[in-house]
Amino acid sequence: MLKIENLHASVGDKPILKGLNLEIKAGEVHAIMGPNGAGKSTLSHVLSGKPGYNITEGKVTYKGKDLLEMAPEIRAREGIFLAFQYPVEIPGVSNIYMLKAALNSIRKHNGLDEVDAMDFLTLVKDKIKLLQMDQQFLYRAVNEGFSGGEKKRNEILQAAILEPKMCILDETDSGLDIDALKVVAEGVNSLRSTERSFLMITHYQRLLDYIKPDFVHVLADGQIVKSGGSELALELEEKGYQWVEGQAA
Amino acid sequence: MTSRYIAEYEKTADLLPGQSLAWLKQLKTDAFNYFSAKGFPSLREEEWRYTNVSAIEKTLFVPSLDQSEPIFDQLLVTENTVEGALTVVLINGHFSKQHSSLKGLDKDISVLSMADAVEQKPELLERYLGKAVNSEEHSFVAFNTAWFSDGIFVHIPAKKVVDQPIQLLHIVTKAECLATTRHLLIADDMAEVNIIETFVGIDDSYLTAAVTEVFVEKNANLTLYKVQSEGDKAYHFGGTYVKQARDSRFNHHNFAFGSLLARTDVHTDLGTASECDFNGLYLGNKRQHIDNHTRINHLKPYAISNELYKGVLNQRAKGVFQGMVYVAEDAQKTDSAMNNRNLLLSNDAEADTKPQLEIYADDVKCAHGVTVGQLEEKSIFYLQTRCIDKETARNMLTFAFANEMVDRVKLKSLRKVVLGQVLKCFPQAGVDQSWL
Repeated sequence: MLKIENLHASVGDKPILKGLNLEIKAGEVHAIMGPNGAGKSTLSHVLSGKPGYNITEGKVTYKGKDLLEMAPEIRAREGIFLAFQYPVEIPGVSNIYMLKAALNSIRKHNGLDEVDAMDFLTLVKDKIKLLQMDQQFLYRAVNEGFSGGEKKRNEILQAAILEPKMCILDETDSGLDIDALKVVAEGVNSLRSTERSFLMITHYQRLLDYIKPDFVHVLADGQIVKSGGSELALELEEKGYQWVEGQAA
Repeated sequence: MTSRYIAEYEKTADLLPGQSLAWLKQLKTDAFNYFSAKGFPSLREEEWRYTNVSAIEKTLFVPSLDQSEPIFDQLLVTENTVEGALTVVLINGHFSKQHSSLKGLDKDISVLSMADAVEQKPELLERYLGKAVNSEEHSFVAFNTAWFSDGIFVHIPAKKVVDQPIQLLHIVTKAECLATTRHLLIADDMAEVNIIETFVGIDDSYLTAAVTEVFVEKNANLTLYKVQSEGDKAYHFGGTYVKQARDSRFNHHNFAFGSLLARTDVHTDLGTASECDFNGLYLGNKRQHIDNHTRINHLKPYAISNELYKGVLNQRAKGVFQGMVYVAEDAQKTDSAMNNRNLLLSNDAEADTKPQLEIYADDVKCAHGVTVGQLEEKSIFYLQTRCIDKETARNMLTFAFANEMVDRVKLKSLRKVVLGQVLKCFPQAGVDQSWL
């Protein structure tokens, strides 16, 4: 599904990613953990196409195509979904409006007709129940005045509707209380399938109690320094990041 | 140059309404004398430093005194009539009985042409006309007072709540026409009403000089909408001057979409514990110049004012906002917020904005803010990650910026009309109305 090879990225002159390698196959759930400043968010930004990063070396292949050549919206239409660490507030654009525009862009990209209005509403209402959100959310401006938990739920709701192939969850657990975390995790778990892959970026092990990853990687100083199964997360929690950083050195 | 207008006035003055009332004749004469002495405003005046009106002196715009119904594209009426409203149509500055429909109007409510009001309501006219603004305010007010050829007199008696909105639809159908109307809107104690002023016209050069005086009496509630969608080559000068008695409420929605050069002044004098909301949206394309001046006078204690004006300026358009909040010594506990936000879509667009506070009381809350900026990159990127291409994202965000003001329109049928106008100004937005 996604193959990252020797990826180097910098902001201005400052290198952030320094030769990152990672392969994610269809249906796999990978977690990337790491200390602050390791490059976790940069990785999610580079994969989703955020401007402002220089790719100095390496390549990223997604479904056999060169991902880095694609505009952000093309990546999205091809099935890459980024759940933001800090979802952006967009006053004046309602959730349902954006979702419909998004879904229709994907359909057009795939040579399909626009979604029928009634079918769309049924789909959305179905998914909104899953995330335990009120229908009123649909008609509110995107993320405007939402609490932290509501914003994160809204991100997962969007994923549920757009049905991406590759979900990148950037610190989806940050700022969530335990109840909200459970709801978000349930939403994510319901999206798991043999066709869909996940890349979870997180600082804490807590999220992984609720969304069990197949693989855990530790990112430190722009490289993956250790990989393992889900038990690696527990070990990290116990021993701290210094443990792996020490090993890397 | 003013002398051409002065000469023209000599020819037409006797044909203007109100000659039978000595006080009104005097008011008009005084106004004319003031205008003759002063002329049109110049850039030297602080209130006019960003808006050059010399172009209107180059053409002599003349009032239409022809009483017969002109022939024109009826779409101007049908497209701009607000569904469900009682619509009064003014063509080239004159009330048109043929196009107006006041069917179902409550018999206690007066909606009269100025000519009829002179006959039927001379006492009310004398009590109110020229009391919310006088000719010294600026020369366009003097110009309007001297020249007004007609206008609409609306009186809502005490405690009357008018369910149907009243629309004053101004249409100009002739090139080089001078359409000068003077409206008087009175909501008596505890009355409630929604009034809509719509300005449209042909795609040719003409001049609208409209003044509306509004009186919101004790505990009354008046909402006034102005939708300025004049033709692309038109000049529009409009003034709305309001007097609010204690506990009254005045909401104003000022939409400026059309014309080559437009200037609107909105002033209110707030009584004790009264409240006003000023909402504005101006959309400029090509070389349009849109100027809005507002003045909120907190004259008595406990009044509340809220103001938000938003502008979207594209191509070489220029937007001007000058907002003054004045708080008199007596106006303790004033609560006021004024904001002006401008979105520039091109490097050649310009926004000149000047919020002003003048405060003489010591226990007040007055906030003000101004922004001039471009679309936010992070919002564009967010939408891109949601499959929406950059161009559409930009259009969507632009539309959303403007739509905040459209959303504030409570009358559904009017909101539809305004939305149509917004989409007309930014057709590239490609926004599907049915989604909203």
